[in-house]
Amino acid sequence: MNEYRIEVRIAPRAGLLDPEGKAVHHALRSLEFDEVEDVRIGRLVRLRLLADDEASAREAADAMCRKLLANPVTEDYEIALEGAH
Amino acid sequence: MQVAIVTFPGSNCDYDCYKAITDVLGQEARFVWHREATLGDCDAVILPGGFSYGDYLRAGAIARFSPIMAAVKAFADDGGLVLGVCNGFQVLCEAGMLPGALIRNRSLKFQGERVRVRVDNPDTPFSRAYGKGQILHLHIAHGLGNYVADEATLDSLEAENRVVFRYVDEHGEATDVGNANGSMRNIAGIINERGNVLGMMPHPERSVEMLLGSRDGLGVFESLREAMGAGV
Repeated sequence: MNEYRIEVRIAPRAGLLDPEGKAVHHALRSLEFDEVEDVRIGRLVRLRLLADDEASAREAADAMCRKLLANPVTEDYEIALEGAH
Repeated sequence: MQVAIVTFPGSNCDYDCYKAITDVLGQEARFVWHREATLGDCDAVILPGGFSYGDYLRAGAIARFSPIMAAVKAFADDGGLVLGVCNGFQVLCEAGMLPGALIRNRSLKFQGERVRVRVDNPDTPFSRAYGKGQILHLHIAHGLGNYVADEATLDSLEAENRVVFRYVDEHGEATDVGNANGSMRNIAGIINERGNVLGMMPHPERSVEMLLGSRDGLGVFESLREAMGAGV
């Protein structure tokens, strides 16, 4: 078993209104960051987990996302593996 | 009528529901701790409002895995009546017992205020004491009550008359102005396909006697009692 570090990045689904992102976008505009075209605010989950290999570490993280970490109705997620330690 | 009220760590409307059913309605109710595996003898289940598990991750996301939720799901699968109010609605959505999800209010603020809610479907065990189109003055108290679902789900909810409560304006119309929190299609409460599980963001238990400023929420509990055949 190796220890894997995984980052799960969860963001509001594309097309779904993100009230928090919208408010921050307005705030950035009022600070004259006019170049900002869109802001989406999500959540970052850092996991340390034990698995036999990368594939099963990834698979486990995916199962966690589907069951608990992300809500498929409102959120998309991506899993980034930082490798074994 | 015997009602089981589930208490999660962070529930804070459980006593309000208890009082509405016992003191105001004269029926029986008891609390069931979320660690329990069974509901015991009951005619209906209420998942009350509050902030179970501090709304961590997403509102209701952790509570839905409480041991009692398996029993609540089995109870509903057997046709038992389940009412989820506020956080209870969020838990039911997270548990997949109702479609859609509840995200942050359009205002980005926690909103504790009285709103107008229209009864769009009085033919449910939770709304039969009302008339169609009746306007209720109910309280909301939530930061995450903005109902969302995909278009297909919204269309089928409407086609099947499963939107039971809607936020409306002073003319009783489901306009943007009357939309308390930005919910899609002004949805304040929905029922499942079978018609025995209802979730709503407004708090009927906070409007059950004039001391509280409104009695408009009592009909939800009267409807339950009537549906259980305990008479009116």
